[in-house]
Amino acid sequence: MKSENKTSAWTPLDRVGLARRVAQDIPDGWYVNLGIGVPTLVANHVPEGREVVFHSENGILGLGPGPETDKINPWLVNAGKQYVTLVPGGSYFHHADSFTMIRGRHLDLCVLGAFEVAQNGDLANWTTATPGAAPAVGGAMDLAVGAKRLWVVMDHSTKEGKSKLVRKCGYPLTAPACVKRVYTSLAVLDVVSEGFRVVGMVPGLSFEELQSRTDADLFPLA
Amino acid sequence: MIDKFVNSVAEALEGIKDGATILVGGFGAVGQANQLIDGLIELGLRDLTVVANNAGYRQIGLARLLQLRRVRKIICSFPRIAGSTSFEDLYRAGEIELELVPQGTLAERIRAAGAGVPAFFTATAAGTDLALGKETREIDGRTYVLENALHGDVALVEAWRADRWGNLVYREAGRNFNPVMATAAALTIVQTQHVAKLGEIDPETIVTPGIFVNRVVHVPYGDPLIML
Repeated sequence: MKSENKTSAWTPLDRVGLARRVAQDIPDGWYVNLGIGVPTLVANHVPEGREVVFHSENGILGLGPGPETDKINPWLVNAGKQYVTLVPGGSYFHHADSFTMIRGRHLDLCVLGAFEVAQNGDLANWTTATPGAAPAVGGAMDLAVGAKRLWVVMDHSTKEGKSKLVRKCGYPLTAPACVKRVYTSLAVLDVVSEGFRVVGMVPGLSFEELQSRTDADLFPLA
Repeated sequence: MIDKFVNSVAEALEGIKDGATILVGGFGAVGQANQLIDGLIELGLRDLTVVANNAGYRQIGLARLLQLRRVRKIICSFPRIAGSTSFEDLYRAGEIELELVPQGTLAERIRAAGAGVPAFFTATAAGTDLALGKETREIDGRTYVLENALHGDVALVEAWRADRWGNLVYREAGRNFNPVMATAAALTIVQTQHVAKLGEIDPETIVTPGIFVNRVVHVPYGDPLIML
């Protein structure tokens, strides 16, 4: 097993670094849904001067940052049931309208976490199908097929050192061929017809080193 | 004169039978008609099918209904009880049936029921385990799954304000599934925090017009529980 942390030449991005990296690529004016975990952190790192409108499945457009503990509004939670705020211009609507926005291709972008992403864009992020465990899906399957673009943000490998970029997903699919781009702790990769095209790597990491840590076919940016 | 207000939770719930399918609004701890659910518990109703996004929170309302084994089946997108593993325990023990439905498909199946649409095609879940055994169709080169409308015998709705015609306004994220479910049941029962005089709610802001509502009970319980 190779450790991502012990190599001196390069350092993997941590959660905040990953969130910041994703946020850099979101243009002014987009409507964006963020999944639970690292994707939620993306909202905190949108570069100054860009107006990005965040959507939440439970009927909110214009999510703002989390409140101070003494200023919590118990009526205002996001899809992860965290307390949030509403920015000026924000709005509330019911669940059918909220998923009209999602399923009707009105969102410019959805950012989700994942267990695995396959090189054909298949996404597995809703269940590990552990026997006896109650499965839960939430809005993941709707977001995966409904947003105009789906980006995944995740560690490059599991804690056990197994590549999360794969040739074929082992876990049950959330949706086939839906992921456009993956931000891992080591690289940014686009899903193209031959596999993953590497569009960026953490400083000091070589393409060969990245490939050796990835259980999928990588192609360098031409 | 139309007056949908009733005097008590018990009166609001009159006529609900064992085995009923009950649509329960709410998302997390917000916008769930807990006092109506407590009323179901007091009535001793059992063998229920519950349609809800989550399985409740802690040991109150919906979570308690489940923990008391009053629910035979739950139709749900995210069957977890926040702050408790009791849903998983029931599921593992085979004491509850689960129909897992993607959240948007759940909302749309309920919307379709309210709108008189018997079924619809959606791309959600196509090519996944949740579409197994379902009819699919290719339309313009994309695969879609046929999903059926989801009706309730009863809908339990939480509103912020209501008038005697049953016109409703919700509060912030408390809206969620409530207005959709209000349209999709044979009997729609509302608990409201505030009572408005007829004509007092600005018609431009009414979210659920009274035609969808059968009974309203005034339950001024305050704010949802803060869970950190």
